[in-house]
Amino acid sequence: MSIEFEQVTKRYGSTTALDGISLTLEQGHIYGLLGNNGAGKSTLLSILTDRQVADSGEIRVDGQPTHNNNNALKNLFLVGEQDLFPTGLKVERAFRVTADFYPDFDMDYALALAKKFELPMKKKLNALSTGYGSIFRLILGLSVNAPYVFFDEPVLGLDARHRELFYQSLAEKFSVSEGTYLLSTHLIAEAENLIDHTIIIHQGRLLCDGPTDALLDQVYSLSGPAAAVDSAMAGKDVLSIQSLGGLKTVAIQGTPALDLPSELAAGRLGLQDYFIALQEFQEKTRTF
Amino acid sequence: MQFGGDKPIFLQLAEQLEDGILSGAFPEEGQIPSITEYASTYKINPATALKGVNLLVDAGLLYKKRGVGMFVTQGAQEALRQRRSEAFYQDYIVTLVRKAKGLNMSLEQLTALLEKGYQHVD
Repeated sequence: MSIEFEQVTKRYGSTTALDGISLTLEQGHIYGLLGNNGAGKSTLLSILTDRQVADSGEIRVDGQPTHNNNNALKNLFLVGEQDLFPTGLKVERAFRVTADFYPDFDMDYALALAKKFELPMKKKLNALSTGYGSIFRLILGLSVNAPYVFFDEPVLGLDARHRELFYQSLAEKFSVSEGTYLLSTHLIAEAENLIDHTIIIHQGRLLCDGPTDALLDQVYSLSGPAAAVDSAMAGKDVLSIQSLGGLKTVAIQGTPALDLPSELAAGRLGLQDYFIALQEFQEKTRTF
Repeated sequence: MQFGGDKPIFLQLAEQLEDGILSGAFPEEGQIPSITEYASTYKINPATALKGVNLLVDAGLLYKKRGVGMFVTQGAQEALRQRRSEAFYQDYIVTLVRKAKGLNMSLEQLTALLEKGYQHVD
């Protein structure tokens, strides 16, 4: 099974939210969908799950267009920032309703998670706090066992212990199941070691799409005295520059030279640092 | 707990496993945690955990019992000690000398410090 985006474009008035996005989501990965506020992440996910309609282009699940096609859509589950249940529904009832629509929903697992997260089962959905609303939705996502599960900002409002519990549960779930997961998140550093394939969008366009390891193998940081850094970075693709007094740290696309002068130190960038460096590069080049 | 820093995660995991074998935390013929346990505990992708564990399988330090899990090979501790001694120059001496030279320290001064270290560090 795979999901294909072909030239998906969405406009709101004069704003282009998605601009000709083409990409493929294969099975057996934890994807990271990254981008600044307004980059188009939520729009992409709601078009993917047919909550919104693209102006042009198409999304297909195994060759079948998703638009108005329940046969394709039943393979997809979106954990969004809001849920689509009627207000006043109790948590336990909402679990059962989801199980009716998704036959592979694992009720025992959902109940075990609810206990771990201390989610009050008897409460009405609209009476849950922001954090417990998030917890309710992410438990659905972890228990639904649909081939593709998309989490849009899953840890919004969660405390540190609950965020940890979510990442651990996701890692465990992913390693024992066949499912494919996608995380759209601003808290990149927390999730970056889970994400094996990274997709970055910027102003509605695809900026980067590849295995996380391979992306991070192709970028490095260099720090040391400013003059030495300046001569080492000459002619290279410099993504970002940070100066602190006479010290300079830069992010460079490529791999470090083996014969670096001893006053320079090369390092590996994490996904969050790479993401920030790429954004800075975009801002910088836009002004030219 | 989380990995971080300058090395790919799978290498950090492999090193942690090696440290565990050297210290006896993972005794020879003993079972190591499963890929799922590593993935969940450290919040890392199971493919990353597998890549790290496989480095030790390829080096003959771990072996797989089908349907049971991964076990530490007999003789792994000694093999690791050997390997780490051989890598000691590149891993530690090169860095040590570079730092010493950065401080304009002479070979005599560095040697004196090493002797002091041998007397006082357990």
